[in-house]
Amino acid sequence: MSTAAMPNQRSGGLFRRPTATGGVWGWIVTVDHKKIGILYGATALIFLIVGGFEAMLIRAQLAQPNGQVLDAATYNQMFTMHGLTMIFLVVMPLGAAFTNYLVPLMIGTRDVAFPRLNALSYWIFLFGGIFLYSSFVLGGAPNGGWFGYAPNSVATAGDNMSFYAIGLIILGIASTVSAVNLAVTIINMRAPGMTLMRMPVFIWMTLVVQFLLIFALPVITIALVELLFDRQFGTFFFDAGHGADPILWQHLFWLFGHPEVYILVLPAMGIVSEILPVFSRRPLFGYAFIVFSGIAIGFMGWGVWAHHMFTDGLGPVANSAFAITTMFIAVPTGVKIFNWLGTLWKGDIRFPTPMLFAIGFVALFVIGGLSGVTHAVVPSDYQQHDTYYVVAHFHYVLFGGAIFGLFGGVYYWFPKAFGRLLNEKLGKIHFWLFFIGMNLTFGPFHLLGMQGMPRRIYTYPAGHGWDFMNMVATVGALLMAVGMAVFTWNVIATFRKPKDAGNDPWDARTLEWTTSSPPPEYNFEEVPVVHSLDEFWYRKYAHSKDGELVPVQSGASDAAAKGSYGGGHAGDHGEGADADHGGGHGIHLPSPSYWPIVAAAGLPLIGYGILYGWWMAFLGGAIMIVGLYGWVLEPSVEE
Amino acid sequence: MRKLKLIGGSIVAVLLLAACSDSLDQSTLNPAGPVAQKQEDLFQFVFWLAVAVFVVVEGALVLFVWKYRHRPGAKPSGVHGNTKLEIGWTIAPAVLLAVITVPTITGIWDLAETPTGPDVIQVDVVGHQWWWEFRYPDQELVTANELVIPTGTQISIRLCAAGASGAANPKTANPDGGVGPQASGPALGAPCVDPAPNLGNAVIHAFWVPRLAGKQDVVPGRTNEMYLSADEPGLYPGQCAEYCDWSHANMRFQVKAVSPEEFSAWLTEQQAEAAVPGAGSLADKGMQDFANGSCIGCHAIKGVEGAAAVQGPDLTHFASRDCFAGCMFPTYNEDGSFNAEAMKAWLEDPPAVKPGSWMPNYHLKPDEVEALIAYLQSLT
Amino acid sequence: MEEARVLSGEHEEHTSTGLPTTKIAMWIFLSSECLLFGALISTYLLYRGRSTVGPYPHDVFDIPYTSVSSFVLLFSSLTMVLSLSALQRGEIRRFRIWTLTTALLGVTFIGGQIYEFATFAKEGLKLNTNLFGSTFFTLTGFHGAHVTVGILMLLTLVGLSFLGKLPKEKALGVEMVGLYWHFVDIVWIIIFTVIYLIPDPSSGQVTFS
Repeated sequence: MSTAAMPNQRSGGLFRRPTATGGVWGWIVTVDHKKIGILYGATALIFLIVGGFEAMLIRAQLAQPNGQVLDAATYNQMFTMHGLTMIFLVVMPLGAAFTNYLVPLMIGTRDVAFPRLNALSYWIFLFGGIFLYSSFVLGGAPNGGWFGYAPNSVATAGDNMSFYAIGLIILGIASTVSAVNLAVTIINMRAPGMTLMRMPVFIWMTLVVQFLLIFALPVITIALVELLFDRQFGTFFFDAGHGADPILWQHLFWLFGHPEVYILVLPAMGIVSEILPVFSRRPLFGYAFIVFSGIAIGFMGWGVWAHHMFTDGLGPVANSAFAITTMFIAVPTGVKIFNWLGTLWKGDIRFPTPMLFAIGFVALFVIGGLSGVTHAVVPSDYQQHDTYYVVAHFHYVLFGGAIFGLFGGVYYWFPKAFGRLLNEKLGKIHFWLFFIGMNLTFGPFHLLGMQGMPRRIYTYPAGHGWDFMNMVATVGALLMAVGMAVFTWNVIATFRKPKDAGNDPWDARTLEWTTSSPPPEYNFEEVPVVHSLDEFWYRKYAHSKDGELVPVQSGASDAAAKGSYGGGHAGDHGEGADADHGGGHGIHLPSPSYWPIVAAAGLPLIGYGILYGWWMAFLGGAIMIVGLYGWVLEPSVEE
Repeated sequence: MRKLKLIGGSIVAVLLLAACSDSLDQSTLNPAGPVAQKQEDLFQFVFWLAVAVFVVVEGALVLFVWKYRHRPGAKPSGVHGNTKLEIGWTIAPAVLLAVITVPTITGIWDLAETPTGPDVIQVDVVGHQWWWEFRYPDQELVTANELVIPTGTQISIRLCAAGASGAANPKTANPDGGVGPQASGPALGAPCVDPAPNLGNAVIHAFWVPRLAGKQDVVPGRTNEMYLSADEPGLYPGQCAEYCDWSHANMRFQVKAVSPEEFSAWLTEQQAEAAVPGAGSLADKGMQDFANGSCIGCHAIKGVEGAAAVQGPDLTHFASRDCFAGCMFPTYNEDGSFNAEAMKAWLEDPPAVKPGSWMPNYHLKPDEVEALIAYLQSLT
Repeated sequence: MEEARVLSGEHEEHTSTGLPTTKIAMWIFLSSECLLFGALISTYLLYRGRSTVGPYPHDVFDIPYTSVSSFVLLFSSLTMVLSLSALQRGEIRRFRIWTLTTALLGVTFIGGQIYEFATFAKEGLKLNTNLFGSTFFTLTGFHGAHVTVGILMLLTLVGLSFLGKLPKEKALGVEMVGLYWHFVDIVWIIIFTVIYLIPDPSSGQVTFS
């Protein structure tokens, strides 16, 4: 990443901006959306290993009746932290990684609207994650479940659930800042000609997600504030003894929590909608319907929250209403699945690893969707609620769905980000280990749930008839752990290879493949002008009368039109490595900045201050204010 | 459809057979009462519909992936979509879902009706951390861990949560006293049980007997209602289904369904005062230890002077129940002998046996433990 | 927030919608804030009249007093408008005066709130007295914190102006602070209505005296 394009800084400002772009310091002060995206992704994958380790402990404990691996207190922390980690520190930031990295590239712009805010979101997220995990050494991790139901989360001893409340507030701030930034980037910074209905589906789904975040996060923030006040300052928000209704927590939590489900899964749906057409070598079937069904899910997601509360005793009217809304949110989801099938129909399908994960997503998400419909049937949900049947359902949605889609994205865009294709053989081993392992683990959960095994129990006696299936599930979890190890090895091995991916190894359809791999700091030498959906594809190909694809002679593409990806030998060696130093003169990009990380560092200190003494909170506040004033007074390079 | 159901039934039967030695069968697929049966029927209906959709969708997926796999010279379609198809596959699932909605709604209203009539037995179920208390207000009975009901009779259940003043639980009591609800006041509306439970530190539980009825939450400050009944005599295990901290997994209970005749005999037994052990016997020493030690601070025994506390389970007819300590242990071994071993471990260090237990380790002397076991054994 | 301009080339107007990016971002942020206050106000409304012990609203409220301080806050929206238009016309001195006036009115409101809180505390209503205390102090406190942040931003604008870093061309920044300030004012109208003007069921009497 070159600074050659930077004009010299004026000395008029109170503070100078850092100029480092290399080394560790370069990563700390970066405001480049691509670097921030990579930081998000790397952090999320590390947390995935941590959360997976917690899952392995859980499965080890439950492999047999009367397990002795974990005691009750530790188990309760493990399942809580597993959920929190996977949701807030893995799937959300992995989505954010793709969003950050890809949005400017896919809409043809040079960075997000507010690059320093983007850096700020990442650092707040990282510090929030570290804050949450610091609880392990400060007296115990959160132990009230990721759902933190009051009044249990108020009554439980120790600071565990205070860490939960403060940690999630911090992470929520990170997500809100990032959501505003990315939403406005998509709304206002598209390349010329990139109308809304020419945006890739991934961008559409991302836009919906940012709005879900913007509206859902404040609701849980207030719930968490009320919980924290109950715990730390003796308020009575959830104390039935003082006239409060503990159900309030559940309403606020699930008013956030259900949109959150779509926050987790819509980016993966977007990724799958990008991958399927590329490897079927045909346009996405029903683009407009996929887009509108995504928007419909975004809206309808606000009207179904009480289906998490069917056994609360809300009464038959509320239960009937939410049963109906829940039933019908399955319709737009179904529309998406049918359109993906339509995309495969009459395609010319190839099966590199990204495609395997995308097809795996469709196959597994169908199962999760169907079991979701059975939950909407309230009388039988009275039996299923809070059992392993539910655990099976949301793991099919969030592992079979979100994680498979996101891994598809990792394999698909890895060559773009790093100039190197991940090893296909290892990738396929990874896929099959995940696919078989996940079905072995979460498939039996359906039956266990129906056999009466409740969630969140740290032990069970022999004699319920659950022993065999639990053992099977643990074996499946081991397979997934091996799969994760294979993936890790694949990444390490790939970084040792030369950058040989070329600009467009998959013969893809969208704008990010027009630039070099990895892209230069300024993304595009010339801001592209967009004429159609799948812009890049139509620069490369035209359809002849008999439906055959004809390469456009003057096409901008240097792609191997023969589609020989997978061998890691697609053409134009080295171009990606060199291009970024050549062009780009006169493109003004914001300089790096220290202030985002400084401002972010204040937040966890305020959090610790609430628990350990106000002086620390004041110190944190002071650091934050210094950071923000430094930010405001920092010279902008263009002056 | 009929055939499918048969096949499904046999699959379920095979799975059940695989688990035939299970003394603690709490499978929802093996309903033993009309409520659970209704819920199971509805599940089967939706399940097989879902299986049909599953076969169609996954079948199409596999078919397309196979049929349109890359071949040299393949000509992928350039079709962008088809509005008729889109409308079709929007309406088709909507219709299917509308079909499922009808029995769903009728089922909701059906289960929301509270049974009335002279035969209906009222039971108030109180969720404690971590055990269940059962009160029969009309029969003026209080018992724990084992809910005894007559077969073929509607049991109308009111659910309430009980806590304790903050200091009662050494594990959950807040060390600095500033956190969490310490004081408690009356709940809104009519109290769930009489006397009204102390709501301090009360948390949410869910009452669930899978073979008899789906779960309902037990929410502090609210009174939820449900009903169930059992067709045949038997033991039906149940457990708390809403996470409630430490020993959520150990908050188990069982429903013991007996014939109406046996039930009225049981009522008479239970209404009697506790057995008084012979003077000078080991059980008598146990009774003295009970009354003079810490036990009486939390446990009631009808007939023992001053033993009326409601923090812990009522022990009046302890030995008549088949399980104790949140149904973690059977009261009697398989050979019918008293399960003194588990009882001893429990009394010696309750939190070691049941993590977080509100009954603290009182460091009882061996002879006290022995005497208490003898006394508890005598409380038939 | 200058970066938006850097990226979209030299012209601010060069955006997909034609609107300044910063302005759209501010509107999106404020819509998020709506939900934040929405959740707090919902909590307050849900728990109205459910306190099990006193003091109740009618025991502590002084409606005329709070009405005056509410008016002060509303009036500051007017001075905010004057401040922005002064800068847009390039009248730096007037801009400083009006911005300082706005900040001063904000400080007056906050001072009034602190006095009100202190009075309530003296009369026995604290955060941990009853449900009314919990919901009242949390909701109004959250709003007070927002006003305080607004005051800090206004003072920062004045400071930037004295440093010569706030010329006419940067009026957009002032407009953004103004949007925030108006939002906080509007939210107070709702809060004031919900808390003070709608009679509380537990009071048993109308609170106007």
